Amino acid sequence: MDEKSSEKAARAGGSNQPPLRILLAKPGLDGHDRGLKVIIQALIDAGMEVIYTGMRIPSQAVILAAEQEDADAVGVSNHSGAFRELFREVAAGLQAAEAAGRRRRILFCGGIIPPGDIPTLKSWGYRGVFPPGTSLEAIIDFLKAEAAALEKEGRP
Amino acid sequence: MRKDERSRSLESGKPSDARERQTPSGIPIPLFLGEPDFLGETGAGRPGELPFTRGIYPDMYRGKLWTMRQYSGFGTARETNQRFRYLLAQGQTGLSVAFDLPTQIGYDSDDPAAAGEVGKVGVPICSIEDMEQLFAGIPLEEVSVSMTINASAAVLLAFLIALAKRRGMAPSRLRGTLQNDLLKEFVARHTQRFPLTPSLRLVMDVLEHSVRHLPHWHPISISGYHIREAGSTAVEEVALTLSHAVAYLEAARARQLPLAAVARKFSFFFAAQMHLFEEVAKFRAARRLWAHLVRDRFQIEDPEAAKLRFHTQTAGAALTYQEPENNAVRVALQALAAVLGGTQSLHTNALDEALGLPTEKTVRLALRTQQIIAFESGAADSADPLGGAPLIEHLTSAIEERAKALMAELEARGGALRAIQEGLPQRWIAASAYRLEKQAERGERIVVGVNRFGSAGEAPQQEVFQLDEKLEPARVEEVARRKRERPGGAAQAALQRLKEAARSTENLMETLIAGVEAGATLGEMMGSLAEVFGEHQGDW
Repeated sequence: MDEKSSEKAARAGGSNQPPLRILLAKPGLDGHDRGLKVIIQALIDAGMEVIYTGMRIPSQAVILAAEQEDADAVGVSNHSGAFRELFREVAAGLQAAEAAGRRRRILFCGGIIPPGDIPTLKSWGYRGVFPPGTSLEAIIDFLKAEAAALEKEGRP
Repeated sequence: MRKDERSRSLESGKPSDARERQTPSGIPIPLFLGEPDFLGETGAGRPGELPFTRGIYPDMYRGKLWTMRQYSGFGTARETNQRFRYLLAQGQTGLSVAFDLPTQIGYDSDDPAAAGEVGKVGVPICSIEDMEQLFAGIPLEEVSVSMTINASAAVLLAFLIALAKRRGMAPSRLRGTLQNDLLKEFVARHTQRFPLTPSLRLVMDVLEHSVRHLPHWHPISISGYHIREAGSTAVEEVALTLSHAVAYLEAARARQLPLAAVARKFSFFFAAQMHLFEEVAKFRAARRLWAHLVRDRFQIEDPEAAKLRFHTQTAGAALTYQEPENNAVRVALQALAAVLGGTQSLHTNALDEALGLPTEKTVRLALRTQQIIAFESGAADSADPLGGAPLIEHLTSAIEERAKALMAELEARGGALRAIQEGLPQRWIAASAYRLEKQAERGERIVVGVNRFGSAGEAPQQEVFQLDEKLEPARVEEVARRKRERPGGAAQAALQRLKEAARSTENLMETLIAGVEAGATLGEMMGSLAEVFGEHQGDW
């Protein structure tokens, strides 16, 4: 375990902290994965560890994967308009896990999201909502800032 | 496309509309300029002549304008039918059906896998009753219908044929296009259901059936659009699309189908992105490259078979969420590129599609954009108006050469099918997408209103189309009720028969049509096929 941690630290560029583990998922039937694939590469280049579930994954499986992979953050993407249902399920599942004593995970999302839906998503627990045109830098900065805030709370 | 008109004008060698065109100042506009010797070095030739660099018809848009075909579908069959009638009343000249994701992948609306997706990106069609509602009051022998459907294309075609028969119309009179291009699904679009081999078999069953029975039907639209939207370059778009076309023709050869007849059935589908000149050159290069492939690789002499006819859609990926009104200008430039490049049909995106489904108002503006180009700009007055311009000829040759080199690389790796299974084109596309994004990030690629001249942080003030949230539960109940009330015996027998047919090598189309007529649903037929073929598993 110690060995593995130091290996991670080395990959993160010598910092003492292990790299952030980011789980990315596309729940539902949507096949638009361009944005997510670009983000995967950008996060890896920024020294983070990325676990990608692939497409057509049920919401429950996203929650399970977050658990099993011990992800610091969970990001979901949708371009089919089904996000109102799917993102609600993912957020509710993670909240239930947290209520049952699991650690808090940073939740964020992106895709085709009408501006009017952003407040709703925030109210569900999505700390970051990233519509088209978001810069990669903005997403990386968001994850770092959120992780630092979690750290202050006392990262398990 | 009206074949009869075309052949008339081809035979006479004269434009079917002989009216002289002139500029607003009264200067006559020739149909085209530049004799073969003028363009000799590039082999561009004349419009309507091999290798069709300058267009596939001698008279181009003087003979017939491109088909204005807006992709549309949402909610339910009834609502989509109303939008279709609205678009036809506004002067649209063909229909293009957008199906919802459950329909595209082969789930009925009441399937748990469909939850949240019913009626969202298109219309749900699970049975012949749905198809009947979708086309109510629309004469299928007159209006050509394009259906963006792939994994379940054979089933949707079976619905349409069964509907024609129910209306007392010979299916041979059906006109339109089926997308039915599974290779690009694995590469970029991702609505595949079955593994690659049975997916290709279904494509070829549809092709074979259409060659034999549906003279006015284009059973495949080999698509670079989604490859481009997924992030490829224009060169990769051409290379991958044509390598897929080669793979389908090789599959036709393996089935011993008449190759010229199959190639005549092909249609293509490309994106129109932002760089006006590269896009115009891309369409010209694709035509020339395909004509050479058909003649040199497949030894097909029939010039009709060497014509690359294509649909174009403006680039969804170029639409910005920020300052969405700017997108109207982007769409106009992209549409102009498609027309200057000689497209046969065109969809113009609505300016609000980075935010959600378009409203009736933005859809109308998108259609008006095409009409303004067609009737006001003069772009349709002459064939290949940019042909012979040094930059355009240079870019055309460069795209052709580079696309050929990529195709050779795919061949060296064992051809398109093998490359797809190894993930090679997928990696090319992902690498290009990342490069493009980084270029925008560094400000090397300017996106007005986003990374330059933007009102950063300002939320777009744009009315967004609201889909009635009550439609999905009502739809789910309706499909479930229909299945309950249906006499089950005939449908069950038809599904058994379908599984037997799937295990053999026979063409599945007749069995699917019989299944539709016996009341079997889309989900049931696709589910039966999945029992035999398996589900696609793998790296997405």
